[in-house]
Formats: sequence, structure tokens, C-alpha cells
Amino acid sequence: MNLLSIVGVLSSAIFSGTSLLYVTLGEVIGERAGIVNLGLEGVMLVGAATGVAVTSLTGNPYLGVLAAALAGALMNMVLGYLIIHRQANQLASGLALMFFGFGLSALIGGPYVGAKIHALPRILLPGLASLPPLYSSLFSFDPLIYLVLPAAILVWWLLFRTRWGLGLRAVGESADIAYASGRNPRLIRYQALFVAGLLAGIGAAQLALAYAMTWTEYMTAGRGFIAVALVIFSRWHPLRAVVGALLFSGAVAFQLLLQASGVRISPFLLDMIPYLLTLGVLILWGGMRRQSAPASLGRVYQGSE
Amino acid sequence: MTQLAGRGSLRFLGHKAWRTAVRYLSMILLALLLFAVILLISGKDPIQSYKEILTSTLGSAYGFSEVLVAMIPMLLTALAVALPSRVGLINVGGEGQLYIGAALATWAALTFPHLPAPVLLPLMALLGMAGGALWAFVPGYLKAIGLVNETITTLLLNPVAPKLIGFLIFGFWHATMDTDKTAKFVDAARLPTFFGTRIHLGLGIGLVLLVLFWALMKYTRWGLEMRAIWQNSQSARRNGIPVKPYLIVMMCIGGAIAALAGMAQVSGFYGVLLLNFSTGLGFMGFLICWLAGGDPLGILLMSFVVSIIMTGGNLLQLTRDLPYAAINILLALTLFVVLAKPTLLRRERA
Repeated sequence: MNLLSIVGVLSSAIFSGTSLLYVTLGEVIGERAGIVNLGLEGVMLVGAATGVAVTSLTGNPYLGVLAAALAGALMNMVLGYLIIHRQANQLASGLALMFFGFGLSALIGGPYVGAKIHALPRILLPGLASLPPLYSSLFSFDPLIYLVLPAAILVWWLLFRTRWGLGLRAVGESADIAYASGRNPRLIRYQALFVAGLLAGIGAAQLALAYAMTWTEYMTAGRGFIAVALVIFSRWHPLRAVVGALLFSGAVAFQLLLQASGVRISPFLLDMIPYLLTLGVLILWGGMRRQSAPASLGRVYQGSE
Repeated sequence: MTQLAGRGSLRFLGHKAWRTAVRYLSMILLALLLFAVILLISGKDPIQSYKEILTSTLGSAYGFSEVLVAMIPMLLTALAVALPSRVGLINVGGEGQLYIGAALATWAALTFPHLPAPVLLPLMALLGMAGGALWAFVPGYLKAIGLVNETITTLLLNPVAPKLIGFLIFGFWHATMDTDKTAKFVDAARLPTFFGTRIHLGLGIGLVLLVLFWALMKYTRWGLEMRAIWQNSQSARRNGIPVKPYLIVMMCIGGAIAALAGMAQVSGFYGVLLLNFSTGLGFMGFLICWLAGGDPLGILLMSFVVSIIMTGGNLLQLTRDLPYAAINILLALTLFVVLAKPTLLRRERA
């Protein structure tokens, strides 16, 4: 094992962790407004397929990112209609949305399987221009990676330092009380879902246009569910979500590192660690009676006429 | 008098059943209409596609048998959600429980290939069910002692199970020429099939369990006590009903039934253990149970409808050049329409 392989593993961890972090940040917003989205997997897939399709058609990956974000937001609007307007069960609606995403993404992405696309450009980390080329390629990241930390801070600021965020969190705690204090829970939940969808779409775009650089069916491979787990792990906080995503991609990196150094541990076992870790953390917090889940998470808002 | 009253309620029942049928039929029509629009946009002929779905599933004995085959795991995974739901538990962990059941059944099949079928098959089923029950015990126990919500824990354990299977297959169980699946099971480890089709004993097991579930809820003290817990667990506890054991046991039974679905898939359908063989069967069970309101007859009907859609999708892939996954759109649209409960069709007592 040499320095190069360690750096390489870290670099790939950053690449794989970024899409996850975007999606997790979106889900933090959604859950803070009281909505669990089990359909994230489908939302991401549609975002990724749309991103690849638009990039392939226009040759411009930035348009692809934009299209992916909008596609993600539109998918979440479907969920919003079902659970906000029609007061449908959140878990069932989310799972239905997941199947919808499986199908729709296959339809959108079908003609672009294996298509060559203009991937997002990679920009060398500033100040490292003197590195040998072997290393500099490992420190070249796409713009979405550079933007993910500011995005996390922005989400934190929105949630905890703005009136909108205060209203959103109030709706997540108790829609009725938020309504009584003059807020519109339905509108706020739609807004939260829209922003969450944008972020999930951007995450999917990073996955498809910068990391995988192609479209394949089911390419998200469970990232949507990992994001839901990470939201719980980070206790519904965007900055802790950064830590969670780092830890998760760190586990992936660790596993690659072990393989590179010849240690034989099944990658399947290492893949379990994030879930079991989250479960352990949940039990720990449950034992400490420090539940910080939004109080009305998953509940249907019946409306206050 | 009693005869009159009987006839009256019968007429009422007929009226209600008719309304329900109309309601569900119009919902499915709406879903078909929406999917037709999507088919048109992607340049396919919707009428021809629907004709093909219908003739390929209900138009021939073979097609019909394939629908029944697809139904088997869904019946079981839906039941795995329905049973815990009767004490207010939400089991979203069918997917993981199913994998564990498949894994343990496979272990038995690979370890004791010389046992006769009447011994080996029950052993596989029991081991699988024990595994599923254990997998569900964790969420059930954590919920019963008030530590963590079962929705979260069952969901978290889902992705762990297929990874465990991956570890076992790659590390120990893979066939000599393959890396991602086991060797074919011996004949004694295969559930018997009937009528020269792929329908296997799992169908009978599923139907029997559905009837048992119905009878349990309707005729036993346990069913009554479960209803009491579901309505108000506080007052149930004050009335001396052992709420915690009920929560744990129901969750475990749910897990065991989902595991049975996994055993039925590997032993009855595939005959090998494949990596990632279930693309969402556990989640499908959750949706079916939810749409059916946890009602046994509803579960039967909904899994039949879902099976027609999924089986028909197989053919569309061949003849209409659609990706197989595209049929998920029709499935999801059907689910959306039912979830959204269109106002025009809303039950009065909804």
C-alpha cells in the first residue's frame, strides 16, 4: 500500500459521497417539514436518467444538472399531491413513487444506455498545480463536489436562520399549531418537497454526470434508502449529515483500501456497517431519551378548516 | 323475521359489493388511461399493448398459471405486513426478512441434500421462518420496550440482509462455475409443482395462511385482544392484555411469513439462490397490504391485479420493445390512483 492508493481511495470516497450528501440534505428538509420520502430511490433514478438524456441531447452537462434537479422536484410534487392534497399514507405513497421512478427512468434513459456524454468538467483543487499529473488527477473534482459544502451550510442557514425555516420546522413539529399561528402547512410542505427534490436531482446528476458518466438501470443501487438512514443518523441536522455522509463514504473508502492492501474481508460485510451503525446510534439515543425527530413526522395533516 | 332480516342484509351486501367493484374498476381504468398517455408519448400503441397484456395473462391457461406463480410471494409478503398491522405495528422490513428466509432455507438445502423431500422441505421452511422471526424480533423488541420506532428499524435492516446473502454466496455457497449464485438445488429441496406449470406448493401455503389469518382475527380470543391493542394499547394493558408480548410475537410471526415467501421463491420458483433475486417483493407486499386495508380477501384481489400487471409487462418487453422496468409505471399509476382516492369514487364512510 502506498500513498498513491490511499489518496486515490480518499478521492473516490469524495466522489461517491457527494451525491449521497446532496440527497441526504434534501431529505433533511423534507423530514423537518414532517414528510418521510421512501421514494427517494425513484426520484434519484428519474433525475439521473433525465440528466443523462438532456446532456446527451444538448451536449451541455450543466443543462443536464438543471434538468435533473427539475425532474427530481417534479417527482416530489407527485408525492406532494398524494400526501398533502389527497392525504394518502406517506410510507405507501413513497414506495409507490419508488416503483414509478423505476419505470419512468427506464423509459427516459432507455435510448441512452451506453451513450457517450460530456461529463461535468473536473477542476484541479486550487494551489495544487505543481503536483505530478498522477496525483493532480486525483485532486480534480467536478463543480458539484465543490458546491456540496456550501449547499450544506445553505440548508442549515435556511432551516435555522430564516423565517421560512422556522415555519418549516414548526410544520414538522405540529402542523395544527403552525396553522394556528398563521402559517400555511400545505404550502410549506410543498415548498419543502420541491427543494428536497431539487437537491435529490442534483445528487443524482452528480452520480450520473460526474461519477458514473453514463446511464444504467437501477444505477442508484440503494442510495435513496441510505440517504433516509443518514438523515436519522445525523438526527435531522444538515451539518451532521456532512459527517454522516463522510463516515459512510469513508467506510466505502476503507473497504477499497483494505482490498488494495490485500486484506481479505468481504466487501459485503463492510457494506452492512453503515446500517448497523445507524441502528446502534438509534438505540443509544433511544436509551438516552433524546429523540429529536420532528414530532409529526409521517403524520397526515388533515387540515384545519 | 330472521329470514327477512337475512335477505335484507344480503341485498345490502350485494349493493355494497357492487359499489366497491365499480369503484375499483374505475380506478384501474383511470390508471390504464394514464399509462396509455405515457405509452403514446413514447411512441407505442396503447390499445395493442393492453390487448397483449390481457391475452398473455388471462387469455391462456399457461398465462393464467404464470399470474398465479407471480402472486405467491406477494400473498405472503402482504400477509407479513397485515398481521403485525393488526396490533398497530408497521412492518416495512419484508424485503430483508424474505432474504433471510431464503438464505437459511438455502443453507438447509445445501447442507442436507440427501434427506428425503418430506423431511428436507419442512426443515428448510422452518429454518427460514426461524431466521425471519429472529430478523423481525429486533425491531419488535425495540418497539415493545419503547426504545426505537419499528418503522425505522425494519427499514434499516432491509439492505443488510441481501448483503449478508452476498457474503455467503461469494464466500461459501457459489457453484463451481458461478460467483453470484448457488448450485441448482437437488429435487428433494424443490417445492412440488402442479399441472405441468410453474405453480408450486407455495400457492396452497399462502391461501391456507390467508384463511388462518381471517379465522384468527374473527373467531379467536387472540384476534379480539389484538383488536383491543390496535384500538387503544393503554386501555388494553390496563385490562390485563399482555401488550408487549403481543407486539413482539406478532412482529416475529410477520417476519416468519415474509421469510416463508423467500423460501418459496428459492425452493419453488428459482431452485437456486441468486444474488438480489427479489426486486422489491417485500415492498410490494407492503403496498398490497396497505391498499387492501389489511383485509385477507383484499390482499388476494390486489395481489392478483398486481401479478397481472407484472406478468403482462414481461411480454411488452419482448413485443413492444419497452424496457421491462417500464411496466412499473403502470403498477405505480394504479397505486397512485388508489392512494389518491378520487373524490368522484370516494366511499361515503372513508
